[in-house]
Amino acid sequence: MSGTFVGMPAFPKAAHEAVGNTTLRANLRHATHTIRDKRAKAVAELDDWALLREAGKQIKDHTLRHLDTYLVQLEETVTAAGGTVHWAADADEANRIVTHLVKETGECEVVKVKSMATQEIGLNEALEEAGIAAYETDLAELIVQLGHDRPSHILVPAIHRNRGEIRDIFTKEMGEWGRPAPEGLTDTPAELAEAARLHLREKFLRAKVGISGANFMVAETGTLVVVESEGNGRMCLTLPETLISVVGIEKIIPTWRDLEVFLQTLPRSSTAERMNPYTSMWTGTTDTDGPRAFHLVLIDNGRTDTLADEVGRQALRCIRCSACLNVCPVYERAGGHAYGSVYPGPIGAILSPQLRGTASEIDASLPYASSLCGACYEVCPVAIDIPEVLVHLRERVVQGGPATRQGNRVVLKPAKGHAAERAAMRAAGWAFVHPGALRAGQRMASRTRRFHPRTLPGPGRAWSATRDLPQVPAEPFRDWWQRTHGKKESGK
Amino acid sequence: MSSRDIILGRVRRALGEAPRGDAQTSYETAVDRQYRSEHGSRTTEETVDLLAENLADYRAIVHRCQDEEALPYLITRLLAARGPQYVLVPPGLPPEWMSAADPTRVHDRAVSTTHDLDKAGSVVTGCAVAVAETGTIVLDGSPDQGRRRITLIPDHHICVVRVPDQVVSSVPQALERLDPTRPLTWISGPSATSDIELDRVEGVHGPRTLEVVLVSGE
Amino acid sequence: MRVALFLTCVNDTLYPDTGRAVVNLLTRLGVDIDFPMGQTCCGQAHYNTGYRHEAEPLARKFSDVFGEYDAIVTPSGSCGAMVRELYPRMGERARAEGRGDGLAAALAPVVPKTYELTEFLVDVLGVTDVGAYYPHTVTYHPTCHGLRSLGLGDRPYQLLMAVKGLDLKELPGAQECCGFGGTFAVKNSDVSAAMGEDKVRNAGSTGADVLCAADNSCLMHLGGTMSRLHTAMRPVHIAEILASTEEEPLS
Repeated sequence: MSGTFVGMPAFPKAAHEAVGNTTLRANLRHATHTIRDKRAKAVAELDDWALLREAGKQIKDHTLRHLDTYLVQLEETVTAAGGTVHWAADADEANRIVTHLVKETGECEVVKVKSMATQEIGLNEALEEAGIAAYETDLAELIVQLGHDRPSHILVPAIHRNRGEIRDIFTKEMGEWGRPAPEGLTDTPAELAEAARLHLREKFLRAKVGISGANFMVAETGTLVVVESEGNGRMCLTLPETLISVVGIEKIIPTWRDLEVFLQTLPRSSTAERMNPYTSMWTGTTDTDGPRAFHLVLIDNGRTDTLADEVGRQALRCIRCSACLNVCPVYERAGGHAYGSVYPGPIGAILSPQLRGTASEIDASLPYASSLCGACYEVCPVAIDIPEVLVHLRERVVQGGPATRQGNRVVLKPAKGHAAERAAMRAAGWAFVHPGALRAGQRMASRTRRFHPRTLPGPGRAWSATRDLPQVPAEPFRDWWQRTHGKKESGK
Repeated sequence: MSSRDIILGRVRRALGEAPRGDAQTSYETAVDRQYRSEHGSRTTEETVDLLAENLADYRAIVHRCQDEEALPYLITRLLAARGPQYVLVPPGLPPEWMSAADPTRVHDRAVSTTHDLDKAGSVVTGCAVAVAETGTIVLDGSPDQGRRRITLIPDHHICVVRVPDQVVSSVPQALERLDPTRPLTWISGPSATSDIELDRVEGVHGPRTLEVVLVSGE
Repeated sequence: MRVALFLTCVNDTLYPDTGRAVVNLLTRLGVDIDFPMGQTCCGQAHYNTGYRHEAEPLARKFSDVFGEYDAIVTPSGSCGAMVRELYPRMGERARAEGRGDGLAAALAPVVPKTYELTEFLVDVLGVTDVGAYYPHTVTYHPTCHGLRSLGLGDRPYQLLMAVKGLDLKELPGAQECCGFGGTFAVKNSDVSAAMGEDKVRNAGSTGADVLCAADNSCLMHLGGTMSRLHTAMRPVHIAEILASTEEEPLS
């Protein structure tokens, strides 16, 4: 994945900053709560939601199970429709392919539709190194790009910014990139949107190369689908002469008909709309309408490694709706940047450590960035059991074991820094299969209870810094039971 | 070894040795399609009403036209209210629709540049299908709809929907009617963004005003 | 019917009052309840922290201790969910690892017999009015595992609404996690504390003097937060409210 986030601290450390930032907390709280309620309403309109969710899961599972077949089929149908298919095993290769394709056109600027895949591979940075300017055209991406910032949400990458901050960024930065912000720009969302419209319009009208991702690729027909709201997607997909779409291999669905499920579940889950304002579907190239050259770059970049894990592979069902971010109490308080990846929130916590591996400090900490409350699983439109995968990845971190990296089977060592915990867990495990030992411990705690401090030293401080400890009772329950019901034969 | 072979090899290894069967055959039984083909039961008239309601809910301006004879006058009135100097029309737009209109018509041609098209203030098109449950119109590039760009660059789009013929209830029904080999654009209200504090604002890059004319009659 | 109380290690050690309340309540309702002394821990903390293999002997032990009973009742949504939702998964994983059906077979008997207390009352005993008396203003926090893993739904509310003298206040943002999350409370203590404070603030906004839940681990976190924030509200397990009567009020 992208080098953008290399050297990120572990999640708890990054989250510590965010929790203390009251502006950020307020921005995130406001935005996530707004969309949360709207989503619930939009979903409640469909009385067959559970069936749609199950069908979406089944379509994706089936596709993953036959991914090789569908990739080959997609290559055939896209090629037959006039497109060219490229394959990229990792981010570097994808960046090389795209850079080469842009250079072949002789252009030195491109317009981009918001795409998670191109962020994941760090395409903008790669293009910049090659002297090609990549203009982000989605409003939130524009805010992030102009603000020299990082995305913090899948759907709304600038969710951490409020209107006042956005106004300041536009006023200060737009002139550096093209048409400056209008004089006296206020912070009303409508005026900010208008400023973006004016700023980007000249870029759209002169663009010769567009770069996109895709929400879906239909193997049967070779059709690509981009779901969007602002019209920047339509601009990038239809006005340039060359279109390059960079798409993860898991975005395939088998048939045209399968869209009937996802076009119902995706908009309601992501923007909480019955349907998003614009959906574009194209199959190869069409005479006189749209780009004359179409390139599809299929990327692996850790996806096949994820596929190799029987529990973890369900993360590949994800349709990037971001409903899990919006309901997540941890995301709401820690913010997207703490996840150290273009994929923040619950889905990011299971996707990043699988795509990138668990070797880095941030990736090893992500599976723990959850209270396992299950709200993410409940709203997921393709029923990804995120808590299940989180726990599975925790196991990989603390116990190591078999995994696949770059297509090779490896056996991971347990991560560093868990030795004390491992020992404690083993000791507790031993005590719990020996009730006598447990009882001795309980009694010791009860007898010494008057001497228990209100705050704890060492790792226990993490608890007692903000919470008092419960008082240890005079006797554990089992002693009371023994005293009062002891005469009765009590099981084993 | 090509990256294609590398990736396909990784996929096959990832899926393991266990027999998977043929994709096409297992597809037949893999998906339980008990979900609805449409939500609720409505008369044709109610379906059209729902379309109008949902279009309006996402800030499209809806007009009813009971009779095709009156359509040219309605279109003229809508254009006059807007006052564009140039109006874009696709090559196959029924000529009578624009028979009463004043402004200069610009026909989209293959050689028209984006800057040429940018001079037009409005565009008038037909549509391929409209979806009542979601308040969506779908354009498929047929002669009465033209290239995708003509409904994108002008700031004002008038889209004529023949009711009830072109109206379906649901997304599944719409997909059945559409031809995937054509370039398709699904439009649900004017362009919008929720990128600022997840607050919906209408009107960004696509037409900021979408007027939908529901025309009934023979 | 032979009914066993699976109290959980946390309640046994730190919250014996909850255990006594369950015993009193069920005895009052005519249930002959037993506390198997061999019980220890269901293994939830191990499992959820990534020590599945260390959790396996605990699960086997659980099944061994409770297997002979007709029903296993626990006053903990999360420990109930561990048995019902995660024991089958542990069996599946062992099978997927090529270790055969042994674990799955050993754990299978206890899975359908394990009930969270409010489920046992409403579904098995068929009562919602347990004859309790509790003259306080109460707000109820539906803990995550009770809500989403076990699907307790409105059972706790039905039971609380039938309690004489009890004034039930709706908790804003009720379905949001309190931030406990087992080892999460320590590993991500900043976020955990922020969640706890928000939950306590929401509970405080109801004007209730008692925050009730069906899981003492969440209440330990919230109670610790309340005490640190010096709020007047106190945490009380639902079993203690349901056990309270006019004759023997909860002290």
